[in-house]
Amino acid sequence: MAEPILAVSGLVKRFGGVVATDNVHFDVTRGEIHAVIGPNGAGKTTFVAQIAGQLRPDAGRIVFAGEDVTRLSGPQRSQRGLARSFQITSVFRDLSALANVALAIQAHAGHSFRLWRRADRDAALVEPARAVLADVGLAARAHVKSGNLAHGEQRQLEIAMALATRPKLLLLDEPTAGMGAEDSERMTAFLATLKSRYAMLLIEHDMNAVFALADRITVLVYGRAIATGTPEAIRGNDAVRAAYLGDDMPDRVA
Amino acid sequence: MRATPRLVAIAICLIVLAIVPPVATAMGEPYYLRLFERIMIFAIAAISLDLILGYGGMVSFGHAAYLGIGGYAVAIFSYYGVGSGWVHFPVTIVGSALIALFIGAISLRTSGMYFIMITLAFTQMLYFLGVSLEEYGGDDGINTDRSGFAKLIDLYDPWTLYYFTFGWLLLCLLISWRLVNSRFGMVIRGAFSNETRMQAIGFPTYRYKLAAFAIAGAMCGVAGALLANITEFVTPEYMHWFRSGEIMVMVLLGGMGTLFGPLLGAAVFLLLEEVLKEVTQHWQIIFGPLFVILVLFARRGLWGLIPDREDRDG
Ligand SMILES: Nc1ncnc2c1ncn2[C@@H]1O[C@H](COP(=O)(O)OP(=O)(O)OP(=O)(O)O)[C@@H](O)[C@H]1O
Ligand SMILES: [Mg+2]
Repeated sequence: MAEPILAVSGLVKRFGGVVATDNVHFDVTRGEIHAVIGPNGAGKTTFVAQIAGQLRPDAGRIVFAGEDVTRLSGPQRSQRGLARSFQITSVFRDLSALANVALAIQAHAGHSFRLWRRADRDAALVEPARAVLADVGLAARAHVKSGNLAHGEQRQLEIAMALATRPKLLLLDEPTAGMGAEDSERMTAFLATLKSRYAMLLIEHDMNAVFALADRITVLVYGRAIATGTPEAIRGNDAVRAAYLGDDMPDRVA
Repeated sequence: MRATPRLVAIAICLIVLAIVPPVATAMGEPYYLRLFERIMIFAIAAISLDLILGYGGMVSFGHAAYLGIGGYAVAIFSYYGVGSGWVHFPVTIVGSALIALFIGAISLRTSGMYFIMITLAFTQMLYFLGVSLEEYGGDDGINTDRSGFAKLIDLYDPWTLYYFTFGWLLLCLLISWRLVNSRFGMVIRGAFSNETRMQAIGFPTYRYKLAAFAIAGAMCGVAGALLANITEFVTPEYMHWFRSGEIMVMVLLGGMGTLFGPLLGAAVFLLLEEVLKEVTQHWQIIFGPLFVILVLFARRGLWGLIPDREDRDG
């Protein structure tokens, strides 16, 4: 197997008595979509937050693109090509969709101690931002305040902001969260188009999306990775069925 | 540019400020010069606080510290015979920025209530430092000469002093206008709006907030140096927490996170004080409720009450 883009080993995170991440070993290879599934409260978001650098693990090591990033800050990891999206939409609600994405572009366009020129007329930021918005299908909504976008559009903006940082690995925390069936399918189709360009760690509750997109699936229960394997292997895994999937499981790979 | 009500308001404000000296002189009321100088100086202080408070969400409850630093820079250098404004103002700017860097470096590691309390505590320390420096008048304060600029600018000429202050106000407005719309300004505003997201997209927000804190300190320092020049007197009262509160009230009154709001806030605050003091010595009894009503009902202060063209919207 090729050298993984992300390799997590022995990761532990405790919140008081709760072990939210329990000695997890995990990797994502280049070009792969590795899905993480598990019941509510299994520790999926906590896991992603440690990889992206918002939370400090209590133990373990995170190696990204050959570099140990365990001690790096969130911004430093972003600069190295780790991008995350948030389960609960986290955008700049008072800024336009375009300005949201432009800010993400700006974060990766050198330092921001530029005190004089207007940022909103800076073609070096606005042009690439437009391109990313067009990519996710929000071009027509560029000037709408992001707080006024429909929920589905805000979810698209979430992804756009991650893409705008030109990442090597996307950490997507339930991109279809709160979406209706139709929007959800559209998002899944869009993520499929990204597959050739980015490696992804995909957290999803929508099993159709997971089985449509994932190359590998890891099942997290009470902070522990109880199984990792291809969608077929996971589907056939008794422990997984017992712990989590149950009736949710689609009979066929969608 | 279309003449929106806000642009008209800005134009009126600036024109009024520009014609105060001839009008006051014609009316035989030189006192108005002093009043409007004070308004402009506190406007500078409020504009600088708004940079970090309104745009950056940093609730500094110790902003008066820099008034004191600017004031004492003028007074102490004058005391030792260095009367040059070419020294006073650069020292004020650099000194205020450095002290703000120090205070900011520590207080920006906290947030919320802790941030408010730490900024207050640092300013209280400076206040008591001022009180304890007997050499420079301690509690009683110290008289000072005005800054000299050779033959170029004579601050003992009332009109010159007035337009010198006005010039600084215009400069500060220009700087903060450019700043808040620049890349740097976007980082500061983004960090206020959603700091988690800012860090997730790759901004090390701390250093930018710290720089903004220092810039605001330097700007407020200039206000202090100007205040020393118009009053020819500096006391630790410049740094009293009450002052910090007043500057904050001016920002809230005029409109947080707006460019001209602080100027409007400073003007209305000081003019109301002037008028209400005629009615009662405890003028805050009247001002207080007015202020509360305004803050409750106008989120963006007085400035927010002036209509703007509608934002584009979905
Ligand atoms: N900041 C925190 N402080 C204390 N406990 C926390 C914190 N964040 C998460 N937890 C706990 O850790 C566990 C894992 O939470 P997490 O949000 O990672 O789960 P999840 O798998 O993302 O759930 P969901 O599917 O609902 O999004 C839960 O028991 C949660 O209550
Ligand atoms: Mg979650």
